[in-house]
Amino acid sequence: MKKILSKAYWVDRDVEKLVGLQLRYGVIISSLVVLAGGAVYLFQQGHIVVPDYTRFIGEGPGYTSFNGIFSGVAHLQAKEFIQFGVLLLIATPILRIAFSLFAFVLEKDKLYIGITLLVLCVILFSMFGGLKV
Amino acid sequence: MTILTFTIILLIGAYFAGLLGSLTGLGGGVVIIPLLTLVFHVDIRYAIGAALLASIATSSGAATAYVKEGITNIRLGMFLEIATTIGAVIGALIAVYTPTNTIAMLFGGILIFSAAMTLRKKTQEASNDGSQLATLLKLNSSYPTKDGQVNYKIKNVGAGFSIMTVAGVISGLLGIGSGALKVLAMDATMRIPFKVSTTTSNFMIGVTAAASAVVYLQRGYMDPGLAFPVILGVLGGAFTGSKLLTKMNPTVLRIIFCIAITFVALEMIYNGYNHKF
Repeated sequence: MKKILSKAYWVDRDVEKLVGLQLRYGVIISSLVVLAGGAVYLFQQGHIVVPDYTRFIGEGPGYTSFNGIFSGVAHLQAKEFIQFGVLLLIATPILRIAFSLFAFVLEKDKLYIGITLLVLCVILFSMFGGLKV
Repeated sequence: MTILTFTIILLIGAYFAGLLGSLTGLGGGVVIIPLLTLVFHVDIRYAIGAALLASIATSSGAATAYVKEGITNIRLGMFLEIATTIGAVIGALIAVYTPTNTIAMLFGGILIFSAAMTLRKKTQEASNDGSQLATLLKLNSSYPTKDGQVNYKIKNVGAGFSIMTVAGVISGLLGIGSGALKVLAMDATMRIPFKVSTTTSNFMIGVTAAASAVVYLQRGYMDPGLAFPVILGVLGGAFTGSKLLTKMNPTVLRIIFCIAITFVALEMIYNGYNHKF
């Protein structure tokens, strides 16, 4: 553990490589979740007629809020499971910023700690700022 | 049509969209919107939601390799992401007040511009003429080439930052990565070598798309029934595309596809003009 927290360890391992790996695993994991949910969705509802996508009605709270998605996942609902994969996918680049922040903290690069925090704040604002109108 | 048939057809369509996006360098999301709206007659708002997810998936998937090779300029990307994320949030806000037909026409225009951009001549040379601001922000860097590490310097930081804000607004409004505008800002304005500008742009697309995706998700633009085939299909197509690109020179293909995409764009504009969205 002590080794992981030391700066030399990270310089050796090269944080950039880790950022690359995090992005790859984020995409792989989220697509596996989407695939699993999708397979069950097709199995359960594949024979039903396609919903009318030509008119926009918007998705219900089950697919648009953390609570809705998580409670659906807890009840093993197929579509909520897909939506959970969607959440993981959206989280992948956001997590990447957090990783970069960590890297700049280790490098003690104050300017870029500030810049990275600013980007993170913009994203958090768009998440929780009630912009959905 | 049953859900099963619809999903399979859309999966195949999304696969080719991802392949086309990868071979032309336009990105995964761009071809999804005309595919969903013109072929499947899906409402453009659902299409935008699905396209954003396709953009995040392909950009994050592809970024891995370039970041590892050290071509991507992470500081430059992070600095410009201030502009693109703020732009993306503004774009997602404007989208509510923009009629869907206007969005479709704007999309067609951007598509033509993007196709033209992929065909133009690119900056290959590393510039040694940097600005003071670039030094202050530690944006100058180096990248690996056949002949070893090459240093490059950056200028016109302010102008590049402004174009990036516009790229962010368009990305948030239309649900695409707007890679073409990002490359224009870095390549033509900031004089960054082509390889660095394309990979850094790709690196930024995921974050930019995520900034507006969180808004669109809450607004109900993201349907799981569409997200499932689109994400998997586009990823598969982009993967095949990246394998093909190492084996062949896509110049001729790129020209053919860009002409085809221009026709698709014209149809989007025509339909938008006739209020078909």
